[in-house]
Amino acid sequence: MLTFAARRLILSIPTLLFISFVVFMLLQLAPGDPMAQVPLTVPPEVKEKMRQALGLGEPPLVQYWKWLVQVGWIEPKVFIDWLTRESWLLGWLPDTQLYNGELRVISWQTRSPVMDIVIQRIPQTLWVVGIAYLVAILVALPIGIYSAYRQYSVFDQAGTFVTMVGFSIPPFFTGPLLIVIFSVQLGWFPSIYDTTHVVNDWASFKVQLQQMIMPVMVLAFQITAQLSRYMRASTLDNLNQDYVRTARAKGLSEAVVVMSHVVRNSMIPVVTVIALGIPSIFGGAIITENVFKVNGIGQLLITALFANDLPMVMTLTFIFAVLIVMFNLIADVLYGVLDPRIRYD
Amino acid sequence: MTEPVPATPSPIEALKDKEPSKAPRSQWKDVWDQLRHHKGAMFGGSFLIFITLAVLLGPYIWQVDPQKLDIRNKDMRPIYHLLWDSDAKAAWSKPLGSDQLGRDNLAQMLAGGRASMAVGWAAMVLSLLIGTLIGVLAGYFKRLDGLLMRTTDLFLALPILPLLLVAVTLFRQPLRSSFGPEGGMFILIVTVIAITSWMPTARIVRGDILAIKEREFVLAARSIGTTSGKIIRRHLLPNVLSPIMVSAALGLATAIITESALSFLGVGFPSDFPTWGKMLADAVQRMEQFPERVLLPGIAISLTVLSVNYLGDGLRDALDPRIRGR
Repeated sequence: MLTFAARRLILSIPTLLFISFVVFMLLQLAPGDPMAQVPLTVPPEVKEKMRQALGLGEPPLVQYWKWLVQVGWIEPKVFIDWLTRESWLLGWLPDTQLYNGELRVISWQTRSPVMDIVIQRIPQTLWVVGIAYLVAILVALPIGIYSAYRQYSVFDQAGTFVTMVGFSIPPFFTGPLLIVIFSVQLGWFPSIYDTTHVVNDWASFKVQLQQMIMPVMVLAFQITAQLSRYMRASTLDNLNQDYVRTARAKGLSEAVVVMSHVVRNSMIPVVTVIALGIPSIFGGAIITENVFKVNGIGQLLITALFANDLPMVMTLTFIFAVLIVMFNLIADVLYGVLDPRIRYD
Repeated sequence: MTEPVPATPSPIEALKDKEPSKAPRSQWKDVWDQLRHHKGAMFGGSFLIFITLAVLLGPYIWQVDPQKLDIRNKDMRPIYHLLWDSDAKAAWSKPLGSDQLGRDNLAQMLAGGRASMAVGWAAMVLSLLIGTLIGVLAGYFKRLDGLLMRTTDLFLALPILPLLLVAVTLFRQPLRSSFGPEGGMFILIVTVIAITSWMPTARIVRGDILAIKEREFVLAARSIGTTSGKIIRRHLLPNVLSPIMVSAALGLATAIITESALSFLGVGFPSDFPTWGKMLADAVQRMEQFPERVLLPGIAISLTVLSVNYLGDGLRDALDPRIRGR
């Protein structure tokens, strides 16, 4: 197992390199010019210097190499410094001071390091998307188990219909729909997620809860639909197995048979599906973040794309790719850990 | 002595050929019978046919130009508003009302549906072609397998929606100049959706081809000298048709949703060209006063995708010989 994980980890490096190379070369074809906003009165030689300052004078391969060094070597140094200096997790360690003023990946929009902006945006995305994912898991698993246990019952039929609907209604429709119902007609929740809101007492916590409910509901509805279908299918597979009959034959109660025998076995594929879904949530949340004006990572990507901010787009896409590759690996390893019948070696 | 043997011996009962009581049934007839009992699939299929016919034939019946501005009759409500509000600004000349520029909503819905369905079908067909081709090549030719499957894994590791957005914003300009604003966007969206969604099909097809090509009938075909191309076309492809059909249904649903999402984010078709996603996105700003402009395209997208999903569900059940006949 350890060798398998190590081999996959090493194999993921060329994969990521290739993906980043392809995306970088794709972005090189971009028609936009970062100097388009500069006034026409600026003389061309000054413009050329500004271009050089943004790192645009070099051939694409050199640019790619520089970007790679910045993301793969300099940014981790900055991150470790930040960890040992300010974070509560490792702040007790002495300041490492690895970073000494090298050029980092600079956003063309704000002329500040891309990673700083990403770090600012991550908490919003994690709060909304992470809680939605948790809610979805907590709702989907019981629904899936029960509708498989009572197959073709009214509950199962209704559950299947609702999951089908959740599958089919896109978030850019459920989002506005919820806004019309709950913030326009009923006036219960705000339609815009206020990220500057600080939670410091009970009242502000209530406000935070109110503004989180709708985006979390939209996201969780979608994820619940997918997860409960997987859970139902996997439980159905296990309910007809011989070991279930054996467990019943030796007189175990239904609760024990289902909860400790069947559920444990049917969780194996579902856990990997959950792990595989985590990165796609970051990508899929682009629309929900856009509808509710959550300024998370997805919204950052959209604004960067429209502003032609190529370093930002490049770095964000790379982060998404890293997440996907990592969680693929985690899913594979989890599968092997949970199911002793699977041997990778 | 010996008994005389009758000239024609009467046939032994057990060895007599039984006349088949029923005419032989083809596989597709069985599938159809199973599918007919799946209520969701029947509903989905008929709704899909209805909406396809509506967007195909509708513009010939309701001959209003969807892009025609009629600023005097702007912001009309749908005709059913008269049921509870007799003062509502509504008229039979615009059954579903008009938008803030006076464009007729019914005509826009029909034209938008045409665009959405066309993108959906074209992207689905293209992605199936790519997926099937790669799946068959990887499954049949052992030399290509490693390379093609690594490519598939690579594509699966790509972040789809960000890449879609990047690709659309990057290639919008050159394609527009060569194929016109609508044509260029259509080509771009269809290709981009297809290129990012063929992987599941390729994996499923490869798995099935790997299993089928070891069967005796393929060996028999090869032993009489059938060429690889003929084996693939005559013997392998008909046998992997059912997983391809199921992924076709799922692919159509994904393609319609992706196109609408792109339009919603404002990177889809040009602004005067209606699609369901664009109508929804345009209406979101005024949804407090005119909720029906969000609801109509939203319900159209959702119902179409729902019916396609139900059809795919029913097809999966009907095409699975283990479930069929139960």
